[in-house]
Amino acid sequence: MKRWPGYLFIVLATSMVFAADAPPLAADEIVEKRMVAISEELRCLVCQNESLAASRADLANDLRREIRKMIVQGKTDREILDFMVARYGDFVLYRPPVKSTTWLLWGGPFILLVVGLGTLVFFLRRRNRNMSMPALSEEQRRRAAALLDQSDT
Amino acid sequence: MKRFLLPLAAFAVLVGFLAMGLMHDPREVPSPLIGKPAPAFTLPQLHDATKNFSVVDMKGRVWLLNVWASWCVSCREEHPVLVELAKTGSVPVIGLDYKDQVADGKQWLEKLGNPYILSVVDSDGRVGIDYGVYGVPETYVIDKQGIIRMKHTGPITPASLAQTILPLVKELSQ
Repeated sequence: MKRWPGYLFIVLATSMVFAADAPPLAADEIVEKRMVAISEELRCLVCQNESLAASRADLANDLRREIRKMIVQGKTDREILDFMVARYGDFVLYRPPVKSTTWLLWGGPFILLVVGLGTLVFFLRRRNRNMSMPALSEEQRRRAAALLDQSDT
Repeated sequence: MKRFLLPLAAFAVLVGFLAMGLMHDPREVPSPLIGKPAPAFTLPQLHDATKNFSVVDMKGRVWLLNVWASWCVSCREEHPVLVELAKTGSVPVIGLDYKDQVADGKQWLEKLGNPYILSVVDSDGRVGIDYGVYGVPETYVIDKQGIIRMKHTGPITPASLAQTILPLVKELSQ
């Protein structure tokens, strides 16, 4: 039990080391949340299938640092996204703007849908036409009625 | 037979799109900076930190800005091509030592040869961000008015130099 003060010192000392390392969280929390929200909208160019928020690439780190800096400077989300687009192009945006070079990207699925529906309607109509029987003539109707009468008796 | 024609045609179109996708390098992202003034910067030189270099220093000349780093593996592949280019003296090349240690950068150039008229140190990569650098090495062709005319992502090969970069430099120099 004599060693207690020693242990206590070690525990206190390590907690102090951590205290010195941790950034002031309360002030940064809002900035950090906004930074994550913005960087989730952005593609990391190094590993293209990851968002800037998820990427561990060195460049992603730097860009997150830049975003943080701009938030602290009081830039709006729009300004920050424009900053990225000016340097890396529309490709960094997961939701690129609708314009002449991207209309196929946005409209493509709808065009495919219309083409698909059109094809479906076309084939269904053709099938219906093939299936519909020609109407019975008067003669055939009489014969059918006669046969039905026969079977009744 | 006729009923297979339509699916076959659709399949052919699909194969065509997929083939195009295979041929296309997804790392090659078109730069929005082409046709725009090269972002201004002033950075210390690699071999003499007391001296600075700015983009305006190259006004009136067609030049290449080559982004490199001693830690970059593809730069090693590209380097001999640049050394050969420097020997011909056809276009001045400025090096941007991207996110590198000064000592490492110097050592790298000593060992492999220095094709640059000078290199500048972008230790925190801030200038790299302004140029939209995402995969070192990258090379920018900048004209006499300081406008970026072309960006080449990835190592320059003798073929890309002869077929695209040098013809453009020649055209811009006139």
